[in-house]
Amino acid sequence: MSHSVELIDVEQAFGDVKAVHHFSAHIAGGEFFSILGPSGCGKTTLLRLIAGFTEPTKGRVRIGDKDMAGIPADRRPTAMIFQSLALFPLMPVWENIAFGLEARGVAKAQRRKRAEELLDLIALPGYGDRMVHELSGGQRQRVAIARALAVEPQVLLLDEPLSALDLKLRQHMRAELRALQKRTGVTFIYITHDQSEALAMSDRVAVMSAGILQQIATPQELYANPATPFTARFVGETNDLTGTLRGLEAGLATIATTAGRFTGRTGLGLEDGGRATIFIRPESMSLSRIEMPNSLSAKAVSLEYEGAVAILRAVSDHGQELLATIPNRNLADAPQPGEQIWLSFAPQEALVLADA
Amino acid sequence: MREMIRRFGPGLGGFFLALVALWIIGMVLAPNLMMLNFSLKPNLFPADIGGPKDVYTVSNYTALFGDSVHRSIFLKTVWGSALVMLATLAITYPLAFWMAKVASLRGARAMLTLLIIPFWINEVLRTLAWFIILSFNGPLNAFLLGLGLIDAPVRWQGDFGVLAGMVYAYILFMLFPIYNSISTLETAQLEAAKNLGASGLRIHWRIVIPHAKAGIATGCVFTFMLAAGSYVAPALLGSPGSRWFTEIIYNWFFEGGNWNRGAAYALILLVLCMAVVMVTLKLFRVNLADVAK
Repeated sequence: MSHSVELIDVEQAFGDVKAVHHFSAHIAGGEFFSILGPSGCGKTTLLRLIAGFTEPTKGRVRIGDKDMAGIPADRRPTAMIFQSLALFPLMPVWENIAFGLEARGVAKAQRRKRAEELLDLIALPGYGDRMVHELSGGQRQRVAIARALAVEPQVLLLDEPLSALDLKLRQHMRAELRALQKRTGVTFIYITHDQSEALAMSDRVAVMSAGILQQIATPQELYANPATPFTARFVGETNDLTGTLRGLEAGLATIATTAGRFTGRTGLGLEDGGRATIFIRPESMSLSRIEMPNSLSAKAVSLEYEGAVAILRAVSDHGQELLATIPNRNLADAPQPGEQIWLSFAPQEALVLADA
Repeated sequence: MREMIRRFGPGLGGFFLALVALWIIGMVLAPNLMMLNFSLKPNLFPADIGGPKDVYTVSNYTALFGDSVHRSIFLKTVWGSALVMLATLAITYPLAFWMAKVASLRGARAMLTLLIIPFWINEVLRTLAWFIILSFNGPLNAFLLGLGLIDAPVRWQGDFGVLAGMVYAYILFMLFPIYNSISTLETAQLEAAKNLGASGLRIHWRIVIPHAKAGIATGCVFTFMLAAGSYVAPALLGSPGSRWFTEIIYNWFFEGGNWNRGAAYALILLVLCMAVVMVTLKLFRVNLADVAK
């Protein structure tokens, strides 16, 4: 089992600016752990703390139950894949891959042999003597992964490594990364701003905003039960209606909004009479031509056909934009633009969260 | 050439080409050919020029290698210039790396300003400042005596003085090309190498130096040529034991009145410098176009 990574109340300040606030997480050995957040939320800072390029202002980083304070980047059991990849352009591919072994004083013949093995692993056999600039984007990506794996790291740190690739390749590399992680058993810590990437690959995801940890959960949990309004809005599409909490009972919360009263499941930190928001996923919205419980009157604006589903955009009578997905089989029943409709949802499929 | 005429028209384009040709022929080729002609003739009285004694000979060249004093000064100039080049490189490389990759923007700018300010002063005066600092009863000896590091004043002027003066005079010629080339290195590459476990030494040897080699070669070529052709530093900071080849050339022209011998010596120095440029570029596997950038 590879090493676990533990972040204990980590804080990082640059001058007066706090890039990371009180971040704590326990990442199990062999886990695929993603840190998800918009750019500038402090996720790269966190990765650099684990790699040892910077020391935290406060708090501790432990890798494999060993405190990393004062241990420089070149002596940590981590390997990093940079956003720019940072391959060495003046060395052939095999020397790039074997660079970590060279630094460890492994003999040349053995380095070459290991590089060839890794080239087989990343499905680029015979590419050892090429130069980096002769490779395509996806091939470079794989060489960067091989270079990091060559040093047999306990923890692999990936800083948005797929962001430079086109969509098809990105989806292909996602599956490949996931398979590689399973096969090698190395702990992966993956940074991304792309929620679909995080949801597709990870065992667990940490959501970050403005340096603050919002939630750590499995992808399913994150989508079904976001802990904060930020997470609810950032992960997946959602409809939200803000109002005042009017009644809490049996796991259900009712809020009064300008568009009427709505009931949903109770989320964290609710207080009767406080400001709260109800979140409804587009796929939880059902379309009807008559008023139902928990429904909103709206006017259809447009219908975007996406293949498996169509996205209905509507505007409520109070001017709020709403989204609903309409499965392919119900498409015949879809409203025309300009048609007056009702959008309703089951209380079990909506979530009420206190406003921050 | 065709590009030039196409862009500026035959009139203006032709004018530019004529200017360049005038420069190369009038300022570079003609003087050197005249020097070559001088160097291949014996030193004659004006009355004998054009007479039976006015014949071509290589005696001015063979004289250098026949005269043991001149020969040793020539060789000393060669290795002395190489030493200046290496010392300047040794001092400049860490400085350039620090400025390009370690220092904050403000720190790098402050350092650059500090390095440039002395160059607002005339070269002779700067060298004269070193003359005073290094003199027998000067501030450096007083300082070291005060600290108790030496028991008696040291004669710094001479070989050491020449070396110090030249390193100081040419540091920017080495610094700028190296600094420029290190600046273009992606910082993530340094981090990647460190992350893979490479020591500082290995990072420099495998990543920084290969990346900066064109800059290093350019700096070395500049520094060597300037050192070999230097006159002020050896004249002021040297001693009779540390004479420079340029001083010998000067003496032939302006004190010995033997332009022919002086021209031969000057051409030998020119050939030497060109050889060093070529060898250095070959060594670093850099071509002349990279240096010109």
